[in-house]
Amino acid sequence: MADTIILEVERFHPERDTEPSYQSFEVPLRADWMVLDALNFIKDQLDGSLAFRWSCRMGICGSCGMTINGVPKLTCETLLMDFAPGPVRVGPLDHFPVVKDLVVEMDDFMAKLQKVRPWIVRKDDFKPQREFIQTPAQLEAFHQFSLCINCTLCYAACPVSGLDSNFIGPAAIALAHRYNLDSRDQGQEDRLDIISQHEGIWDCTVVGECSTVCPKGVDPSLAIQQYKLTATKEWFKSFLLPRGKN
Amino acid sequence: MPQYTTFQPKPYRPRMSAYWYLDQWHYLRYALRESSSFFVAYFCVITLIQIATLKAGPTHYAHFQALMRCPVIIILNALALAFILLHAVTWFLLVPRVALRQVLNRPTPDLIASTPNFMVWFGATLIVALFILGVF
Amino acid sequence: METSAHDILIIGGGGAGLRAAIEIAELNPKLSVAMVSKVYPMRSHTVSAEGGAAGVAGQDDSIDEHCYDTISGSDWLGDQDAIEFFCNEIPKELLRLEHWGCPWSREPDGRIAVRPFGGMKKMRTWFAADKTGFHMLHTLFQTSLKYESITRYDECFATRLLVEDGAVRGLVAIELRSGKVRAIQAKAVIICTGGCGRVFPFTTNANICTGDGMALAYQAGAPLKDMEMAQYHPTGLPFTGILITEAARAEGGWLLNKDGYRFLQDYDLGKPTPTPVFRSMELGPRDRVSQAIIGEFEKGRGFHGPYGDYVHLDLRHLGEHKIETRLPMVRELCLKYENLDPVKEPIRIRPVLHYMMGGVHTDINTATTLPGLFAAGEAACVSINGANRLGSNSLGEILVYGARSGRSALQYIEGANGRSNQSAILSQAADEERRLEQQFLRKTGGTERIAKLRDEMSHTMETGCGIYRERNSLVDSANKLSELHERYQNVAMDDHTRTFNTQLTSALELGFMLDVAETIVHSALNREESRGAHQRRDFPKRDDNKFLAHSMAYRSAEGPPQIEYLPVVITRWPPGERVYGR
Ligand SMILES: Cc1cc2nc3c(=O)[nH]c(=O)nc-3n(C[C@H](O)[C@H](O)[C@H](O)COP(=O)(O)OP(=O)(O)OC[C@H]3O[C@@H](n4cnc5c(N)ncnc54)[C@H](O)[C@@H]3O)c2cc1C
Ligand code: SF4
Ligand code: FES
Repeated sequence: MADTIILEVERFHPERDTEPSYQSFEVPLRADWMVLDALNFIKDQLDGSLAFRWSCRMGICGSCGMTINGVPKLTCETLLMDFAPGPVRVGPLDHFPVVKDLVVEMDDFMAKLQKVRPWIVRKDDFKPQREFIQTPAQLEAFHQFSLCINCTLCYAACPVSGLDSNFIGPAAIALAHRYNLDSRDQGQEDRLDIISQHEGIWDCTVVGECSTVCPKGVDPSLAIQQYKLTATKEWFKSFLLPRGKN
Repeated sequence: MPQYTTFQPKPYRPRMSAYWYLDQWHYLRYALRESSSFFVAYFCVITLIQIATLKAGPTHYAHFQALMRCPVIIILNALALAFILLHAVTWFLLVPRVALRQVLNRPTPDLIASTPNFMVWFGATLIVALFILGVF
Repeated sequence: METSAHDILIIGGGGAGLRAAIEIAELNPKLSVAMVSKVYPMRSHTVSAEGGAAGVAGQDDSIDEHCYDTISGSDWLGDQDAIEFFCNEIPKELLRLEHWGCPWSREPDGRIAVRPFGGMKKMRTWFAADKTGFHMLHTLFQTSLKYESITRYDECFATRLLVEDGAVRGLVAIELRSGKVRAIQAKAVIICTGGCGRVFPFTTNANICTGDGMALAYQAGAPLKDMEMAQYHPTGLPFTGILITEAARAEGGWLLNKDGYRFLQDYDLGKPTPTPVFRSMELGPRDRVSQAIIGEFEKGRGFHGPYGDYVHLDLRHLGEHKIETRLPMVRELCLKYENLDPVKEPIRIRPVLHYMMGGVHTDINTATTLPGLFAAGEAACVSINGANRLGSNSLGEILVYGARSGRSALQYIEGANGRSNQSAILSQAADEERRLEQQFLRKTGGTERIAKLRDEMSHTMETGCGIYRERNSLVDSANKLSELHERYQNVAMDDHTRTFNTQLTSALELGFMLDVAETIVHSALNREESRGAHQRRDFPKRDDNKFLAHSMAYRSAEGPPQIEYLPVVITRWPPGERVYGR
């Protein structure tokens, strides 16, 4: 077996390029290397100007998402060996503006996170002296949706988010859903007004790719479909029991 | 000379091509699944016409049957059948992406979640087939 | 250059920084709070913490017991007033986090669940499965989004503090995306920049843990305290350094040498029992367990692997169910990075550098010696951790002292005079921009690759200043570091552009790390005793007469840091022997 592999890395430098191109690098192929290790090899030994984000190298900080051979993945937990004999194509995440090389712009995503009000909302002034009682089953109800590491792979996989940049998108909706399902929260109504707009859940056409690529098993698609169900129920209820806006 | 700049650069905004659904197999599969709805509608219309001609009397129905035997329609129907199979299979496979986990309240393996649908589907097909074959 | 001004500026968006920002926003929503972070806050290293956060919860536990465990764990180098405050506050802080939505693991009746942890006599570690830090960080970050008074500068890299008449007045930072240099002014600055594990070659720490804040404070004239106290975690994966949480041992995992023998019993850590016993065997403190593993390596009773020696952490007897429910992340990490299932095979582990007990010296109010400069979290040293931190005390520390730093900064700006000499500050910032250009951006002809310098630095730290140290090894490391400082001036730059120049940040981080490494080595050289994480082969005993004191490293104009000593605060617990498993 060859002991090197070719990495075709997408390069884009806004100060001199108008569009991206690929550059090939030959890197060692080692059994325990992740794609991230190969990128670091390039940066350390071959070309220090290559830009990409990474930090924890253990699949939890969510910064190293890139497109590897067309599929969005965390580079720190994708074995290089899986692509032998190569070449491997590494590009920035799809559907995001590219700042430089493999780095994409995150502003829009960060704004969407904030928009869904991802914090515990209490309508009463209840301030318990001790913890809210929450049974393991109540915890289980939202736990899965609290595992999102904000890696945005799901946005890169979702054609809807590529076509309509206003779409709030999988991770942000899953996050809203996480708080809705939390037994301590009372903010469902506030969030519904945001999420049930067209750019919210109704933009989703159930491609299902977000859940396929999600590295943490969050299953944002499930969150969206469950949310649609709730929104529909609320819509019907609003006919039967019209509630005043406050 | 180093190319040191102070220029404030603009990010590159990739645009999705008009044929984005051809870019990836997953997307193509999705596009096919979505377009399969068209054939579902087509079959519904055919069935409605069938019922209408049946009600209008034997001559009308014979006419309808003759039309159905025309090669173009046969090809069209075969295509529609393929798409309807695709429609059923892809949507059943999507069940775990949609709601079931809420019912069981536990992560369920995808295949287990979609199996009941397939079973009901095959069961219904069997009954219809037996009916057509005149077993009942 | 762009300029902006705020009331209080926080460097760092990890647990400590976010907690501080929320505290200020809650107490006075009118104040403008700025948070500068070189990564998006939810990427901060707090995200990697797995095991949990200690806080007295049960009826049979008491604050005093938590204090005692922490103090003896610190080998009496922790300040007892700071520890008492910490132990009193932490249950309230953890509860606050519960109210903000942190998904703490629960008892069947819905109350918070606690688990045992190394060096702790009682079950008091709150946890959220084995992603505690992840959940804490995301809860804090998401909660922080609701306060409008917090302005975030995400992906902004701080390069220098702005100091006027000895008082800190803001900082200079590079906005990564545009490469713009920003001067951000504030009446008070809080450093919450986390640890510096990347100074060492094998570490659980993320790529961003480069001690930037410590170096920034040090360069501005504040002393760094107890820098020789660097904690090794006994159980890291050999190649990546990824941490296998202590919870794996708390749940009943065993450490085995190559003969399948639970060797900790040979190191005065108690007798083996089938189920875990508090403060004994595998639940001993980290320093002692790491030292025991090195002991096995030296006796030739470890395994040999491509990345050095290792021993086994065996979880197989816990069974699949327990591993899957209590330690899912351990299994996930082993499967991914070691291609091994802990249900079926023992895990290969070695001690790896994990945590910096030392940091920017602060008093119990988190104030540094420079007016207007505060510090909290791993970057600071108040000190509750002394010579050895107990697992699960640091997630608590970032909350308790993060919040306190917010309050202290608030108090300070109410009393301080708000006027500052704009032109002096801006000219300082302009100087800094010029330095960045000359030293890095416009620099050509450098020959020293950053990665090479970094590797040489980390290896000299490991060989000269690792778990066991002695005079000769430390002197070698000190010499090597001054050589690297020289060579750093000749660093090679491939990237001369502005946009997202990560080579520039790597170069700056290397500079910070070299400073931090120097304080570590010189503090270690001067402390001629063994205490906690600091084990000198040439001085194997603890020496309370001379060294019941914090080392304080001051920057000197030329040459190595100046080391002075500050007595430890002892209130109710006079120094005693550290007893485990007896
Ligand atoms: C793998 C692992 C597991 C752990 N498990 C536990 C545990 O179970 N229990 C426990 O109590 N503790 C644990 N710890 C320790 C604990 O997680 C850390 O000590 C703590 O999270 C540090 O938090 P912090 O807020 O001080 O810093 P961090 O979370 O590291 O945040 C630092 C912040 O500073 C910013 N920053 C740094 N430099 C600059 C700069 N130059 N310019 C701008 N911004 C900058 C960064 O962007 C970041 O936002 C663990 C640590 C590790 C490594
Ligand atoms: S939902 Fe999954 S894929 Fe999407 S951002 Fe969160 S962790 Fe990443
Ligand atoms: S580097 Fe943190 S998720 Fe990959």
